[in-house]
Amino acid sequence: MAEVLVLIDHVGGQVKKPTYELLTLAAKLGEPSAVYIGGADGAAGAAEAVKGYGAEKVYVIDDAQIKGYLVAPKAEALAQVAGAASPAAILLPSSAENKEVAARLAIKLDSGLITDAVDLDESGVATQSVFAGNYTVKGKVTKGTPIITVKPNSAAPVEKAGAAAVTPFEVTISDAAKTAQIVASQPRKASGRPELTEAAIVVSGGRGTGGDFSAVEGLADALGAAVGASRAAVDSGWMPHTFQVGQTGKTVSPQLYVANGISGAIQHRAGMQTSKTIVAVNKDEEAPIFELVDFGVVGDLHTVLPAVTEAVKAAKA
Amino acid sequence: MNIVVLVKYVPDATADRQFEDDFTVDRVNVDGLLSELDEYAVEQSLQIKEKREGEEITVTALTVGPEAAEAAVRKALQMGADKGVHVVDDAIAGSDAIATSLVLAKAIEKLGAETKVDLVVGGLASTDAGMSVVPAMLAERLGLPQVTLASVVETQGDQVRIKRDGDVATEVIGGTLPLVLSVTDQSGEARYPSFKGIMAAKKKPLETWSLADLGVDASQVGLGAAYTAVEETAARPPRTAGEIVTDEDGSGAKALAEFLASKKFI
Repeated sequence: MAEVLVLIDHVGGQVKKPTYELLTLAAKLGEPSAVYIGGADGAAGAAEAVKGYGAEKVYVIDDAQIKGYLVAPKAEALAQVAGAASPAAILLPSSAENKEVAARLAIKLDSGLITDAVDLDESGVATQSVFAGNYTVKGKVTKGTPIITVKPNSAAPVEKAGAAAVTPFEVTISDAAKTAQIVASQPRKASGRPELTEAAIVVSGGRGTGGDFSAVEGLADALGAAVGASRAAVDSGWMPHTFQVGQTGKTVSPQLYVANGISGAIQHRAGMQTSKTIVAVNKDEEAPIFELVDFGVVGDLHTVLPAVTEAVKAAKA
Repeated sequence: MNIVVLVKYVPDATADRQFEDDFTVDRVNVDGLLSELDEYAVEQSLQIKEKREGEEITVTALTVGPEAAEAAVRKALQMGADKGVHVVDDAIAGSDAIATSLVLAKAIEKLGAETKVDLVVGGLASTDAGMSVVPAMLAERLGLPQVTLASVVETQGDQVRIKRDGDVATEVIGGTLPLVLSVTDQSGEARYPSFKGIMAAKKKPLETWSLADLGVDASQVGLGAAYTAVEETAARPPRTAGEIVTDEDGSGAKALAEFLASKKFI
């Protein structure tokens, strides 16, 4: 069976959940091989982690010589692994950087690319959600090695023992690829909350918060949820852009989405309307968000949310 | 200095967007306009020109698309771009990102044959396909570095510095011209064309190029040359509005908590 390459999403060797989802999808298409690009000291931990999700092989690429350079070196590295492994497909977690890596890789390998897949079947047909979530499109790559970036929460990770045979892989990176460089990096302060795109529950706030997100954050923490924001809240400077849900922010598809003080403009809907269950709290009964909800409360979020938060805490106590 | 800004003509996101029978995006029966996210690219290109006062800088707006796509270039000219190029050819219809990047690369090479292109600027994504991959593909084809998704752009001499809000960190990224840059909607509000700008745009040069002008064979582009095939498209069933209650003295919170409990979220 042909190998299917899965690029490991990790921070310092700590493997993130979307990697397991991709390994699960990769097993439908062939034999999953994980590709680790990172520091040598994190490789063993990453290999151990992917072993539990069916990775038969782990290509380890030491990033000592390419660390701090953007996109191009990773694309060169993956192209060289693909050259050696002749994979049936290459899967990458859909992030801003990985989509660009995939884009360069597609040109290098003269292969088709599908981005932001939300599902993948045995025959390689990928499902995408397009036009602000109003359409579902199914398609497949018809030329070269299929390169597919997959969104978080697209599959339930299935635990399965793999051999996870560690294969150190030497790459040759051109000088041309080492021209755009990270000159400074300010790591984001850890919030202790789940990551927005990976969370099972997202609690968001908009203009209706008036800039006070404490009620939104209180409910999020009681539910173990991530916090999101509408563009209006971000543009007002109340929340950083990384919290923005919508067309120009993050697209989320959680089990539960709670929109508070958010009118529901198309910009926002594009980022959340594929959520399984949608709840809204808004003072304005005419707010378009109410057209989407499974349950809505017309009321002031500053009084409704704290009361719900208490109820959640009481139920969990 | 020679700046090329990529502008795309897209179906209006607030209109009823749909697919044609061959699964390509309907670009004829839906009102179109310059992609909102490309306006930020035009704005940053103009700001770079304005900040580098005293230098001779040309901003060229480039689009690939059907006849109507000229409107996207016109808008960029009205905002302040110096000249426009519209690549139009019947064979291009249905092209994927790979073919589009090929046409763009050839057009940029043709522009560069006259005066070297120093900077190619694009937006965060198109508002229709939204893949966010064309700048990277173009950089790969042109053999250039890319600094993408900038929320702040600064240039000095041949150095470019951008700030970007990554998922795990805020980064400052540096590169040396020539390169491909993309900017987000956080980079600064795009200007509206002034009356003077609208009048001036009518006199600005706008060239129309065909595939033959670029030395691209029709077989390399269009739906037939696509590297992916769509098998089906389906309108997502509209969500039906569920229960809406009006909060009175805490009844709303109670009802919401009961709903969440019924769905096993608490």
